[in-house]
Formats: sequence, C-alpha cells, structure tokens
Amino acid sequence: MSILHIVNKSPYERNSVERAVEYLRDGDRLLLIEDAVYAVIRGGKAASLIDGRNAAVLGPDLAARGIAEEKMIDGIEVVDYAGFVDLVEACDKTQSWL
Amino acid sequence: MPIEVDGKVLETDEEGYLANINDWVPGVAEVMAKEDDLELTDEHWDIINFLRDYYEEYQIAPAVRVLTKAVGKKLGKEKGNSKYLYGLFPYGPGKQACRYAGLPKPTGCV
Amino acid sequence: MATKKFMYVNRRAPYGTIYAWEALEVVLIGAAFEQDVSLAFVDDGVFQLMKGQDTSGIDMKNFSPTYSALGDYEVTKIYVEKESLEERGLTLDDLQHLVWEDEDDDWAEKDSIRLVSRAELAEVFAGQDVMFNF
Repeated sequence: MSILHIVNKSPYERNSVERAVEYLRDGDRLLLIEDAVYAVIRGGKAASLIDGRNAAVLGPDLAARGIAEEKMIDGIEVVDYAGFVDLVEACDKTQSWL
Repeated sequence: MPIEVDGKVLETDEEGYLANINDWVPGVAEVMAKEDDLELTDEHWDIINFLRDYYEEYQIAPAVRVLTKAVGKKLGKEKGNSKYLYGLFPYGPGKQACRYAGLPKPTGCV
Repeated sequence: MATKKFMYVNRRAPYGTIYAWEALEVVLIGAAFEQDVSLAFVDDGVFQLMKGQDTSGIDMKNFSPTYSALGDYEVTKIYVEKESLEERGLTLDDLQHLVWEDEDDDWAEKDSIRLVSRAELAEVFAGQDVMFNF
C-alpha cells in the first residue's frame, strides 16, 4: 500500500519534512507544498533531508516564494495542480504531516 | 452602495471604496467626483494616476505623508504639500483620491 | 513625545501564515508616528525578502513589492541575519535590493539592508526601546 506523504511546513521551523522522510517506504512518494517547498533550495541545510528521495514539489508554491529552478537541488519533480492530483491518484492513500 | 459606471454596476465597501480594484475605469473617478459635487481637472487626474502607479508598483495605497513627499518629487515642489493636495481633494488626499483611484483605503488611515 | 527606537523582528516565511503581511501593515501604520523604526529578518523571516516572488498561481496577494515602499515611509534600517541566510542556502543576491532616497542628499539612493551576524544583531536589539515580534 503506497502512501503519498504531503508536507506543508517549513523544514526550518518544524520537523515535519524530516519526520515524513523517515516514514518513507519503497513505493511511497513525498510531495512538498506551501512552506515545505523551501526544502529544495540548494545549499540549504534542509536540502540534505530530501536529496535522493524522488521528492515532488508544487510549482505554484515555488513561484510564489521566488524559488527559481536554478536554486533547486537536482532530482526534484516539479508538479502543477494536475500533477498533484495525479500523485494522489497514483498512491493508495495520503498522509499529511501538518 | 454599488455605483453604476458606463452601464456596469460595481460593488463598493461601506465607506465607498471599490470592492475590486480590477473593476476600475476612469469613469469610476468621474462618477464618485460627481457624487461629491467635484469637477475633475487635469490636476486631479495627475494625483489619481500617480496613486494608481504607486499601487501598481508597491501594492499599497500610500499614507498621506508619503503621498505628499512623493508627489513633490515627481510633480514638483509646489504640488508636494498638503495645502495643494487638500485644495484638490477637500475630504483628504489620502482617502478621497484613493477612493477615486479605485484603491483600498490607505494603510494607516482610520 | 520623545522618539523611541522600535524594532520589528520578522521570523516567519510569507504566505504560509499571515504573520509577514501583518507585520508589514503594522510597520506602515506605525511609521506615521515618526519613531526610529528598524526591521530585522531572522530565521524563516529572510524568505520574505526573496526576489522574483510570483503568487499568480496560488491566488494570494504578492506583497513582496511593498518592502520597496519602506524607504518612502522613512524605514531605512533593515537588518538581515547572516547565519539565517546561510543556513537556508541564500546570499544577499537572492534578496530584493532595498533602498531609500535621502532627501537631504539630492535624493541619493542608499542601501537599506544591513547584513549582520547573530552577535551583531543581538547588540542592535539591546539598543532598542520597544520590540515587536512576528
């Protein structure tokens, strides 16, 4: 049973990203939205948490916060709202780390 | 009280400011001025357009003090004083001109 | 009324919560009282000043251009904490360039942002009369 782990809190303020990553199992996906998108900034301490974890990130939330593509670490999938829905569909259930 | 401009009914808040800034057309200022028995001149329009540009750039309606200084810089010292601005907009350059310009009430105005 | 030194400390990212916008409104309203106002951006607060914010996809007001108006409101001391920037993979180049115009110096543009270390900012805090936290 695959789980889509959704995080919306800044990794610099809460431990939600860190904890969600620890709960990731094979076949699970991690989706960063709202303030959690700050985790993708290259050179940031939080980037190491999600590096190599096949994380997805919501594009409109990146743009709102001024995080350009070249500021991101490699291996992150940027999705739009339709891509968000696709991820929800592709996984058996979702877990929101509030 | 909604106002009617160019055949369209536009929503306003309880103090008469446009509910939606994107509804603004020059006719809004004309209609509001008419209700206040005020004839809009080029001098009025300079201030209204200035306010719209300011909002476009900074996403806020400036406080009167800021407006006065900025007008002085852009339109000349003789216009950058409250006497001149109150002469044009007797109900207060911040409130009245912002209302005509379709902006929200200036931040800090009560 | 004697002038007091007011410090507004911003520690939250924009958009995720209302703190950043509320702080900005309070600063703009407070500026009418002609006090000696400073702003500090610490922890996630540094994200408020990021360049190139575009909120068209999230249906929220983009208030990042409003920081550029602070100079008009005579808010000319904006402290950014170096450690917070570095921890987040950012440099001053990732932030907006904020300036104020010095009326007494033929409207010369001067930098508002001061990059300071945590220890230096602690000293700045110590010299304030009133602290506001957001």
